Amino acid sequence: MAEQLLDSEPAEVALEPARTPLEVEFGTEAGALVERRVREDLRAQIARLELRLSQVFATAFPREGIEWRVGAIGGPRVLGVEELERVRDALAYRLSEAQSELARRVDVEEANRGVLELMIAEPERYRWVRISNEDVGEPGCRHWHSRPRWGVLGMLLNWWRVKVSSGCPLATGLRPPSP
Amino acid sequence: MTTASTEAGWVAPELREELPGLGLRYALVERGSGRSSRALKGRLRKLSDRFSGPQAINLRNQPIPWAYRVFYRHIGLDPDEQPTPVEELALERIKHGGFRSRSTLDDALTIAIMESGVALRAFDADKASGAPGIRPSQPGEELEGRPGELPAGTLVIADEIRPLALLVGATASGRGVVPRTRRTLLCGLQVKGVPDIAVEEAIWLATGVLEG
Repeated sequence: MAEQLLDSEPAEVALEPARTPLEVEFGTEAGALVERRVREDLRAQIARLELRLSQVFATAFPREGIEWRVGAIGGPRVLGVEELERVRDALAYRLSEAQSELARRVDVEEANRGVLELMIAEPERYRWVRISNEDVGEPGCRHWHSRPRWGVLGMLLNWWRVKVSSGCPLATGLRPPSP
Repeated sequence: MTTASTEAGWVAPELREELPGLGLRYALVERGSGRSSRALKGRLRKLSDRFSGPQAINLRNQPIPWAYRVFYRHIGLDPDEQPTPVEELALERIKHGGFRSRSTLDDALTIAIMESGVALRAFDADKASGAPGIRPSQPGEELEGRPGELPAGTLVIADEIRPLALLVGATASGRGVVPRTRRTLLCGLQVKGVPDIAVEEAIWLATGVLEG
């Protein structure tokens, strides 16, 4: 089904300029045909970009704060070449922004995972450091905290350990209806 | 038992050429809406239990919901601002912790849309004249209950006389299903990438629920 929409599956989404042969005059029957071909091209490009954006969206979960909205041109109606180009360009921009932001966050999370490993191995070197699931790009509320064993005594004797939290707080509110 | 059979609605020739794959299938159900039965509410709860957060996140990567997202882009809408029917229901499921039961018709549409991913609409069959279809609006045409004229070229679901609803969005005043409705016109919107069988299944599912 997806193939029907994409017609062909390219390795990379290339932003192609609207392919309008210069010798075709608009307003003529041939011009109208060419224009329709251009719109078809643009729609196929939009479909590919939407697919890529959807994949990045799923990959980005559970990270928050990434902008996904592209903005509506206004409809529902059949869009012309210029409007389809605007949709295509906006999607391409959003995709590129989302990919950059995701890559930046993945780098930070990778560094945090490295710190976490070191912290678990030598908690005394990372005193009071607290790393959460969010910091390493995972869902949930768990966190790792380097704390002294037995409070002040542990601090004085340099007995440190990593404490792992028990997860998210219990849900509150009304009970679900009984079956 | 389900008795309604689906039929193909018409699509204006200019749209057929411009947006290949666009279609409308419909079925006439000799029932209106009403209060949901206990069994139907139970079915909705089971559907809620089967649908979880990860499925909602991954929804747009599935072929049918993705095809609707693409279609929304093609007609000038942003599916993140105006969600497709299946995504709107998924969002409701996540926000409220379950699908809300409202009426027999609404519950039937929820079940059919979530099971198939297909966009379904319902109208009062006695308020529609002839077969429904899809066309661009004419200059000066209005959607009942909505102030002002529709911008020419707005895509609408129409009967043989007037628009019944925007293709995506509002239904004309007096054309939707109300408590006194006796016959329901169920319409499934088909777009490029959505197979016939999925639309037929969606209508079949909704009809089955409506007919009990």
